[in-house]
Formats: sequence, C-alpha cells, structure tokens
Amino acid sequence: MQLDEFFVTGEPLIYGGMVSIVLVTSAIIFLLTYLKRWGWLWREWLTTVDHKKIGIMYILSALAMLFRGGVDALMMRVQLAFPNMNFLNSQHYNEIFTTHGTVMIIFMAMPFLVGLMNIIVPLQIGARDFAFPFVNAVSFWSFFFGAMLFNISFVIGGSPDAGWTSYTPLAGAALSPGPGQNFYLMGLQLAGIGTLATGINLMVTILKMRAPGMKMFDMPIFTWSTLVTSFIIIFAFPILTVALALLTIDRIFGSQFFTLTGEGMPMMWANLFWMWGHPEVYIVILPAFGIFSEIIATFARKQLFGYKAMVWSMILIAGLSFLVWVHHFFTMGAGALVNSVFSVSTMLIAVPTGVKIFNWLATLYKSRIQMTTAMMWSLAFIPSFVIGGVTGVMLGMAAADYQFHNSYFLIAHFHYVLIAGTVFACFAGLVYWYPKMFGHKLNERIGKHSFWWFLIGFHVCFFPQYFVGLDGMPRRVFAILPEWMPLNVISTVGAFGMGVGFVIFVYNIYYSYRYSKREEKGDAWDGRTLEWATPTPVPFYNFATLPEINGRDAFLSMKKNNETTFDEERLEPIHMPSNTGQPIIMMAILAFASFALVFEWIGLAVIGLIGTLIMMGIRSFDYDDGYHVEVDEIKKIERSARGL
Amino acid sequence: MSKNTKHVPVQHIIGFLLSIVLTLLAVWAALGSNLPVAWIIIAIMALAIIQAGIQLFMFMHMTESSSGGGHVPWNMMFHGFVLAAIIVAGSLFTMSFGFHHDHGSHTDHQEESSHQHD
Repeated sequence: MQLDEFFVTGEPLIYGGMVSIVLVTSAIIFLLTYLKRWGWLWREWLTTVDHKKIGIMYILSALAMLFRGGVDALMMRVQLAFPNMNFLNSQHYNEIFTTHGTVMIIFMAMPFLVGLMNIIVPLQIGARDFAFPFVNAVSFWSFFFGAMLFNISFVIGGSPDAGWTSYTPLAGAALSPGPGQNFYLMGLQLAGIGTLATGINLMVTILKMRAPGMKMFDMPIFTWSTLVTSFIIIFAFPILTVALALLTIDRIFGSQFFTLTGEGMPMMWANLFWMWGHPEVYIVILPAFGIFSEIIATFARKQLFGYKAMVWSMILIAGLSFLVWVHHFFTMGAGALVNSVFSVSTMLIAVPTGVKIFNWLATLYKSRIQMTTAMMWSLAFIPSFVIGGVTGVMLGMAAADYQFHNSYFLIAHFHYVLIAGTVFACFAGLVYWYPKMFGHKLNERIGKHSFWWFLIGFHVCFFPQYFVGLDGMPRRVFAILPEWMPLNVISTVGAFGMGVGFVIFVYNIYYSYRYSKREEKGDAWDGRTLEWATPTPVPFYNFATLPEINGRDAFLSMKKNNETTFDEERLEPIHMPSNTGQPIIMMAILAFASFALVFEWIGLAVIGLIGTLIMMGIRSFDYDDGYHVEVDEIKKIERSARGL
Repeated sequence: MSKNTKHVPVQHIIGFLLSIVLTLLAVWAALGSNLPVAWIIIAIMALAIIQAGIQLFMFMHMTESSSGGGHVPWNMMFHGFVLAAIIVAGSLFTMSFGFHHDHGSHTDHQEESSHQHD
C-alpha cells in the first residue's frame, strides 16, 4: 500500500484538519512534558476506576465530539447556503453527513449521558462505586478508542460515506470499496462493547447497591431512567453487534448476508439496524427525561408530580420501543398490513410520552420557579420537544410518510427531538451537577447568554426545515433548487447561532474555573436527592457512612432530621478497588486489532486479538482485591471537606 | 458455587473444557462430517442447547440462593426469549413484506437458499 492511499489527499480542508491534529497533539505532549504531568495523568486519570473521574472523562470526550460533529454540521450548512461556491464536493458532503450523524448519536449523545450517569447514579443511590469498577474503566476506554478510530478516518483511509444508517447494498463491499465503511463498522463495534458493559454494570449497581432501606420506588427519577435505559441497552445492543459483525464478514471475508447478488437480503440490514436503532433513540432520550425531571422538581421546589406514572410511562416507552422499528422504512414497500401494525404501535408511544409532559407541567403548576440556567434549559425543552413529538406522530402515519420520508421534514423532526431532548438535557444536566463534579457553579449570566443563543439558533435553524421539507427538499443532497434557497440561508444563520451558543458554553467553563465562587457545602441548589448529601469535593469513597433511607427525596428528610453522611460513631474501614492500567492497555490493543481489520490486514488483526486475549488472561489471574480506607483517614478527609 | 471451590474453580474448568469440546464437535459436524444438511442443523442446535445449559448452570449462578434460587436469571431470560421472539417473528413478518410468495411461478425465497447448500 502506498502512502497516498493510506492518507487522504487532495482536499485543502482535510489538509487543514491534519495540520490542526498534529498541532494540537504536539501542544498536549509539550504541555504535559513541560509541566511534568505525565505521571499525574497516568496515576490520576488513565488508570482510575473511580466512577466520578471516568464520568468526567466521558463528558470531556463527548464535548470534544460535540465540537467535531458541530463543525461537520456547520460545513454542511455553509454548503447549502452557498451551493455554487463549491465549498464541498459531493463525495466530501456525503462523508460529512455520515460522520455528523454517527458522531452525534454514538460518540456524543450516549457518552455524554453515560458520563452523567457514571457520576450521579452511584451518588443518588448511596453506592461507593459501580458494581464492577474495572469493567467501568474497560467500558470507557473501549468507547474512547472506538471514537478515536472512527474520527481518524477522515485523514487516514477516508471517511465512511453511506449515511449514519450505513444501508446495504450501498455500504457493501461492491459499492463502497476501501476502508471507509470498515471504519464505521469497527468503530461502532468497539464502542458498542463499552456501551453494553456499561448497561450491565449500571443495572447491577442499581439493583444491588442501593443504600439500606431504599426501595425501588424510592429511587430518584434519574436513577429510574438509567435503570430503564440499561435494560434497553442490554436487549438492543446485541442486535447491533450481530448486524455489524455480519456486515463486517460480508465486506472483509466475502460472505453474502446483505448483498444483492448471491441470495443476500439488503433490506435485512435496515431491518436489523432499526431493531437496534429505534431502542437506541430511547436510550438517548429516557435519561434526558430523567435529568429534566430532577431539575424541574428541584427548581420548582416541589415533589415531582406523578412519580409512579413517570416511572411506569418510562417502562412502557421502553417496551414499546422494541415494537416500532419498521416506521423508519415504511417506504421499503411492505404491504398495508405490515405498515399499519407499525403505524399503530408508533402512535401508541405518544401516549406515555404525553403523560410525562403533563406530569412536568403539573409539577410546575403553582410552584415558585427559580429561573436558573439549568431550569431554563428544562423549560425550553417542553414546548420544543412537543413540536418534535407532534411532527413525529405525523411521520408515524405510514401513508403520509410516503410524502415525508427522507425529506427535510424528517430532518427537522428528529433534530427537534434529539436536540431539544438530548442536547438540552446534556447541557442542563452538566450545569445542574457541575458544582458536584468540580466544586464550583458555572457562571449563571454567561450560561444564560449561551442558552439564548443556542435556543434561538436552534429554532431558527430547524423550524424552516419543516417547510423546506414539505416543499420537497430531500435530505443528503449537496446541491439545491433555487426556490429552497431562502429558507436554507435562514437555517444556516440559525446553525451558526447554535455554534455561538456552544462556544459561549465552553468559554463559561473556563471563566467559571477562574472566577466562580468555590462551593463550601455539598448542597449547591438546596437539592432533594442523595447526591447533594455528599460534601464537595466528593471524597473518592463517596459516603463515609450510609444513611438509612425511608421514602423519596431522601436528602430532604435528612436535612429535616439533621442527618449527614458522616456519622462518626458508625465509621468503619471502607473497601475500595485499586487503580489499574489493564483496561486502557487491553482496549488499546483491541483498538490496534480493529484498526488492522479496517485495512484488512488480517495478520496484524489476529496478533492484536491474541494480545487482547492475553490481557484477559492476565486479568483472570489478577487477585488484587482492592484496599481498605482506615477510619482515621476517613475522619481527616471528611472533617476538612465539611469544615469541621 | 460451594465455598470450598473458591480458589480452584473446578466447575468452571469442567464447564470451560466441555464448552470447547462441544464447539469443536459443532465445527466438525459442519465442516468435516458427511451428514445430510438437515442432520447437521439438528446436531448443531442440540449442541447449542447443551452448551447454553452448561453456561447457565456452571457459570451463571442459576442455582445460587443469592440470585433468588434462579429467579433473577430466569426473569432476565424470560425477557430475552420475548425479545428473541420479537426479532425472529418481527423480521419474518416485515421481510415477507406482508405478501405471500407462493404464487407457483417462482419458489419461496428461503427454500431456494437452503437448496444451495446441498
């Protein structure tokens, strides 16, 4: 293989990307060496099994991926506002909409939410770490290397260009030769290992490690949403794993599962993809519901209205999410019976979702609302999400879908649910729990600027797309008709507004790091749930003593009874897991194997797989049972954290 | 399962070896044997069921009291079976396009592909 086949050549934008990758990497290496921080990085972060630190690494990676996916989006919007400028050619445009979709769903939305779950769920249920801290580290590194593998594709080998859905036969070996689609397959497969393991980990943690006395229906609603989400992950992700494996075998080893020739069934890919893909959209929306519920209850200063209805509607949504997948390809041409069945099941989902909307409204009703930044994101979510939901029901009508399918109407719909739902929730959750993670709040004034830029930009960007879609503009085109121009220009203006909002948000992180008042107590917002009972910064063992829980809003009653999580009489040595470098090494080797498989270097891939197996063997004979934190040390840490 | 096997997990080793043997048998049945296709499929299915049993009883704590005497794993397996049913039945339903394919002029899609194996 020649070097110019290995690297992508001939695109000034991509040369720019290469230069910036080299510059940023050397800057990081220089800074770490100059500040002598390599040991610190290895000991404190790369080898950690602490759920809070892993969560922070998830969120940082997700913000980086949001930047990457956002730049993709802005490039597409520039192309569509000035289609005659030849900013992007058709091939480059195809690659960019593919990576935009994949990065945003798999490498931004999920890790962001998983990061918040990592940090908050153990704190909310009174656990000292995940059930399997080692596996949690493995999960993170598999996601991280999966994301890196996918992202490197645009400078090495060429990006995938068959859409984030990667439909066959287009994505098969015959029509998409070369490493591009392999990057998609291996990147998702690698990250999928982590997601699946996290699902199992969170489920066991929530089922087995709740504080004494906390019943299932006493759990905070975010924990409930996480439990339901892990359930969906455990049952949906194996479908993706199998589908990806089959397509990989098709492309690399010449089997015929999804090909047009040799008795393959190309539409079977769409079928399997959406059997995972539809539950996947609930994987990214249910935790968002949980986050909004927590924030709305906290800043409306009321108990969440209809807690049980909220929980049951989430369970119902989770169940229904496995029964609606065909609505993504109504236009495949299935008969009236097939489409009607899935049309009805799709519309059924609107019922439990509607229940949740009314419960949030009822929680807000006659309450004294505190207009914090986190609350404003949550309040903006409700009407924006309803617009997305109602247009979703329109798309759910199979007959009408023949008109809407693959038009900008669809694009507008799913951006309305995914941005107003998931992205708003990520921002809101990060703002809300930021003091718990970093010991200071994000600046409220700058936060509100970022909120307004992003919210207005969002509506300006996507509302016109409903109309340009009804006007017939299809998705995934890089050239447009003149009559679609005005609305597309408006859309592009809105997209840049969102970009400004994101930049202000990131600036706010820096500004608050420099200037925000440090938190002295752990309870930044006068919270209701157990995570606010811990001091700030949260000690690595989370809870010195576990409170006895009886009822919802556990911390509220603890505050009434003057209880804390530091009861000196009840202190006992705490058993904690040791840090380990095995997860990152194991996953780096597996990433090497995946990279080799992308280029179909079978020998190297086998070597990498053997290396991974050896690492698993080493892990199997690892008898490190962790260590105990002694009572004296706990006392010292707690007293300094609580200012006693 | 019992306390005294904590350091030498005899059951796990037996289960591991049995799994390998069963897998090799399945590979031989598919590649090395001269059995008719129908028998190969039946044999692989039977081996798979035995292997699943080994996994459940030798590795997965099916009979431990801490998992509610198997209540927890059965609960999850029930959901697994339901989902498997949805995947198989749903795929057949969807990919048939809701039409019958036996109009005489052309044979059924799946029959054709299984004939090719012979």
